[in-house]
Amino acid sequence: MSKDRREEIRRFGAPLRGQALFAIVFVVASALLLSQLGNETRWAKGTEFFAQPRFWPAVSVIGMLLFGALHLWKLPRRGFERVDVAEWIIWFRAIEFVLWFLAYVWLVPILGYLPMTVVFMLILSWRLGYRSGKMLWIAAVFGFCVVVVFKSFLQVRIPGGAIYEYLPGALRSFFILNF
Amino acid sequence: MELLLAGFEILARWDVILALFVGSVGGVMIGAIPGVGPAVAIAILLPATFSMDPIVGLTVLLGIYGSSMYGGSIPAILINTPGTAVNALTTYDGFPMTARGEARRALSLAYSASFFGGVFSVICLILFAPVLAKIAPMFGSREIFLAALLGIILVVIAHRGQSLIAAALASFGIFLSTVGLEPVKYSKRYTFDQSWLSSGVDLIVVVLGLFAISQAIYLLRGEDEKIRLTKLRGGMFQGLRELTRHPRVAGAAGSLGVVMGMIPGVGEFTAQFLSYTYAQKSSERPDDFGHGSSEGLIASETANNSVPAAAMVPLLALGIPGEALTAMMLSVFYVHNVVPGPQLFQNQMDFVVALYLALLALNVLVLVFLLFATTQLIKVVKIPNRFLGAAILTLSFVGVYSLRNSFTDCLLAAGFGIFGFVLKRLSLPAVPIVLGMVLGGIMEVKLRAGMARVKEPLDFIDRPIALILFLMILGVLIIHFRFVWRERKSLKEAKWQAKHRSTSFGAQMSRRRDYLSTERGKKLRAKRSKYSPRSTEKPSRR
Repeated sequence: MSKDRREEIRRFGAPLRGQALFAIVFVVASALLLSQLGNETRWAKGTEFFAQPRFWPAVSVIGMLLFGALHLWKLPRRGFERVDVAEWIIWFRAIEFVLWFLAYVWLVPILGYLPMTVVFMLILSWRLGYRSGKMLWIAAVFGFCVVVVFKSFLQVRIPGGAIYEYLPGALRSFFILNF
Repeated sequence: MELLLAGFEILARWDVILALFVGSVGGVMIGAIPGVGPAVAIAILLPATFSMDPIVGLTVLLGIYGSSMYGGSIPAILINTPGTAVNALTTYDGFPMTARGEARRALSLAYSASFFGGVFSVICLILFAPVLAKIAPMFGSREIFLAALLGIILVVIAHRGQSLIAAALASFGIFLSTVGLEPVKYSKRYTFDQSWLSSGVDLIVVVLGLFAISQAIYLLRGEDEKIRLTKLRGGMFQGLRELTRHPRVAGAAGSLGVVMGMIPGVGEFTAQFLSYTYAQKSSERPDDFGHGSSEGLIASETANNSVPAAAMVPLLALGIPGEALTAMMLSVFYVHNVVPGPQLFQNQMDFVVALYLALLALNVLVLVFLLFATTQLIKVVKIPNRFLGAAILTLSFVGVYSLRNSFTDCLLAAGFGIFGFVLKRLSLPAVPIVLGMVLGGIMEVKLRAGMARVKEPLDFIDRPIALILFLMILGVLIIHFRFVWRERKSLKEAKWQAKHRSTSFGAQMSRRRDYLSTERGKKLRAKRSKYSPRSTEKPSRR
């Protein structure tokens, strides 16, 4: 790599891997949004220019496209190299934990907040490689504490699990209200 | 005096005192764990505070905001890893002190400086409050629009070297604020006929995705670090004594923190940078900076801790948040129908004073807690990163799901989580998105209201404050473009300097020809041809 390129990269102040794809996707998405401006916003007759419902979406989308394109143009490297592919794989693999999160969200109304949180913490800790009894205990206790603090104490709005319907009378309402 | 008493009256409730304690101690612990930070904690706790009284909810959040930087100095000093982003400068002088075996001195000095910064800024602002109460009503729609515009410009240009993408991301934030039903004409904007987009994109969903879920993914994808802690020796009160020997540095850093904190979009980093530079330039031992200088530590810690109280000024007086944390707090106000702005200063000054008193009290609480509990507290630094990631993911669920019990919100937050993760990997800022979202909404409403009475463009700035703000915007833009132009010039120079002569043969030949055409070149050529005549030339007879 030539010295002048190195100087440009040094001044960029961020890792170069993955930047080009991010900038390209951002610009393309902005262009698509701009192309939909006419369909997705309305021009109200007899309304001042600055009060038009279309005004701020137009300002923002044009801003996204303009600044995004300038950012792409000013990138020290716009092509793709092997390090970029490695970076995309890291981004892609992050989806695994999003799926864990979404599965947890989906199962809480069915299995209940307390059981699901404890099980989620235990399984996730196991997946992360914490196999010692101590760490698994800490994970389970943490899950329990989260539920007690937020649902029982702070009364945060999380619905009771469908599974609680099978509990006997008083216990059922106690669990629905607190866990 | 009456205002102070009224403020005390608001605070003298068991739930407020409990909130103060939980917020301050919790904030210190959150700050002490590298990888969590106040933004994640506030994002998670935000929906939980909606069911509380405004003063209780805000006290918890203020507690976390104001005390996390105290905690953040612990790992910065002991393991050279800042607990919160704003403690990065603390590592410069804090860790070298630990390496010299003066960890307890460094911690004590950091606590004392933070305490001084926190108390100094609150006292300044309590004294300044009556003036602010007089100035705030002068801000109409136009002035608030211009102040919000100034804030967004400052946030963008504060990301030096990345201002283009920061501007693009701020525009993205403004775009997100426009999605949904437009409030005046009731027309749909970018809903793509999806019912779940009609109510717009919730700020908390975006904040939780960008800050909490992205951080969880970042930690889960990382590796656990082995951390070795140094044993603490010596007294914890020595820092208080040492601080009194540097009143000039502490005073200047505190003042810079207050001033910078009040300007939207500037915040802790600029305050720290300016006060550190000032301390170094005015020090008798400037070479010690970066190698364990007590003055450097005082400058950075005092400056960052004097910002939170000052950052509440634009939020409370104008309803304009200057950074991500105050933007999150704004939603607590809105949920409780307390609209921050000039009216708040006119009608509920006691509430404002109560908030400042809460900040004052939390500084005292945190200092006392840290002076006695540091030895135990430093153990939180050892929590494995990936376990922390799992914990944040679990807590993020509470934040998102408790809003509307909506799976779609969680899906959206997860999407923003991935987006935030990518931004983190690329070292790109997420803060402009949040500020764009908040300030975009404010700008839309205020521009519409402000333009209603404007006939000619210049009427928009015919009031003194509007004119001052407009000139400030122009000034900031001129300074920024001047900086960009200079940067471009210096890059060109650097490129030229880095270029070898041999890289351009044509240029070399051209330089040679030019040289040979000079008087000195001609003489040299003649001299050389005399000593080494060409083989084709006939030797002259002598």
